[in-house]
Amino acid sequence: MSKGKAASYSAGVKAYRQAYWEPDYQVRDTDLLACFKITPQPGVEREEAAAAVAAESSTGTWTTVWTDLLTDLEHYKGRAYRIEDVPGDPDRFYAFVAYPIDLFEEGSVVNVFTSLVGNVFGFKAIRALRLEDVRFPIAYVMTCGGPPNGIQVERDRMDKYGRPLLGCTVKPKLGLSAKNYGRAVYECLRGGLDFTKDDENVNSQPFMRWRDRFSYVMEAVKKAEAETGEKKGHYLNVTAPTPEEMYKRAEFAKSLGSPIIMHDFLTGGFCANTGLANWCRENGVLLHIHRAMHAVIDRNPHHGIHFRVLTKALRLSGGDHLHTGTVVGKLEGDRQATLGWIDLLREKYVREDRSRGIFFDQDWGAMPGALAVASGGIHVWHMPALLAIFGDDAVFQFGGGTLGHPWGNAAGACANRVALEACVQARNEGRQVEREGKEILTAAARSSPELKAAMETWKEIKFEFDVVDKLDTVKA
Amino acid sequence: MKLGTFSYLPPMSPQQVRKQVEYIVARGWNPAIEHSEPEHAMAAYWTMWKLPMFGERSVERVLAEAEACRKANPGHVVRLIGYDNRRQTLGAAMVLHHA
Repeated sequence: MSKGKAASYSAGVKAYRQAYWEPDYQVRDTDLLACFKITPQPGVEREEAAAAVAAESSTGTWTTVWTDLLTDLEHYKGRAYRIEDVPGDPDRFYAFVAYPIDLFEEGSVVNVFTSLVGNVFGFKAIRALRLEDVRFPIAYVMTCGGPPNGIQVERDRMDKYGRPLLGCTVKPKLGLSAKNYGRAVYECLRGGLDFTKDDENVNSQPFMRWRDRFSYVMEAVKKAEAETGEKKGHYLNVTAPTPEEMYKRAEFAKSLGSPIIMHDFLTGGFCANTGLANWCRENGVLLHIHRAMHAVIDRNPHHGIHFRVLTKALRLSGGDHLHTGTVVGKLEGDRQATLGWIDLLREKYVREDRSRGIFFDQDWGAMPGALAVASGGIHVWHMPALLAIFGDDAVFQFGGGTLGHPWGNAAGACANRVALEACVQARNEGRQVEREGKEILTAAARSSPELKAAMETWKEIKFEFDVVDKLDTVKA
Repeated sequence: MKLGTFSYLPPMSPQQVRKQVEYIVARGWNPAIEHSEPEHAMAAYWTMWKLPMFGERSVERVLAEAEACRKANPGHVVRLIGYDNRRQTLGAAMVLHHA
């Protein structure tokens, strides 16, 4: 049609590959690129399956329609342009699809994902489908708001330099009264942590309504700041049943002087998250992002959306912190793959690197980065490995690893802080903190009874299960 | 009261301080010294001791400036900074002398 010759209309079903498989296609800088891992139904050829995914996630439907001829489908269609073997897995393959930028509303993570992971994931010719990676063109990136404040702004506002930040999630996660909850916050912060956090399950339940919690928690934050002379914060969770209620809670948090609030970006949804990020940018409030529901979407290696794609979605939608897994704690996460997505969260430009599961170069332009939050089953013994894996631009988020200290939260927080600072000091001195971790912590414990007690409490705890979602590599 | 990174560790020996300065220099950051009255130490801005030592690679010179700052400002806290101009932040900040 673009060749200047008008096409005639012929009704009926055509093979998808006729229109949507273009191995000679030259990718444009403005194209949005996607890599899918496809498990086709038996008997369906790779090219046909790849073309079907391209069609169903862009302009196509199952049959020819006459209105196709009222537009320039050559311009608007997505096309599959490359197929690759999945290392070590003959039953699946990677399909690379290019979409023209005009298919997506500017600044709308909602719209991008409605297309890319919409109906196509239930398509019958495909047994399973996984979105492995997406290259967002810089032209599209610059239409999105991104992190409302970014890492450098957060460091300045919180006055934290040259080290990762420390947090603790208040437990038990449900059932405390607002005043007792604030007590737990106060003890953690006065002991030496930078942040405490609402558990994601805590919204506004009958045992502790949000307004009460916010008031007591902020009293705790201010008292701990006055006592220690350090800046402190608590991630007040404003995740709510409706956007109206969410903004109401955010406004109240701001009126109390809270430096940071919190949202669950998957259960709350991309629409709410992007709106809240915009609110945070306008109001100078940091935004901590939790990721409840992610493992439903990203843990199955054959179907769903890889977490590196959810990371990109969040960076575009907006957040200053994102939970990324710990590699070392109680929750799933392969080390190389984790290094890949924390780069995608924090760096300005990330190159294709299959050893970290990154399929495309990704340019973030001027968009700020966000801090990686390592949370889930971590304690002082993990500190050397956490520092080696995450570096400085991260929050190490404890729970039981602070609150479970035999002498209480303040001692647990102090133990966390001493362990962290000892590891940072050793790293700066050029020591291999992961290899020498035990000596570093043991030496630090000589002047810190709190750390000594913590090391005795958690010595034996390990989580040694193999990960379910591994990078695709040839099995040795 | 606590004053930022390393304030939960025992005071560093001169040899340990030297290693932290070496780290700042090795990272290519710009060393700087600043000081404050203890009662104003929570403020965003402390008083600069001269300009940051842009491109300075001599650990001796950095340590000498820190010492000179301390002598000239009795009763003040003195802090060592490593400006990371590429990331537009402080790569390092640590108190060398408590008041």
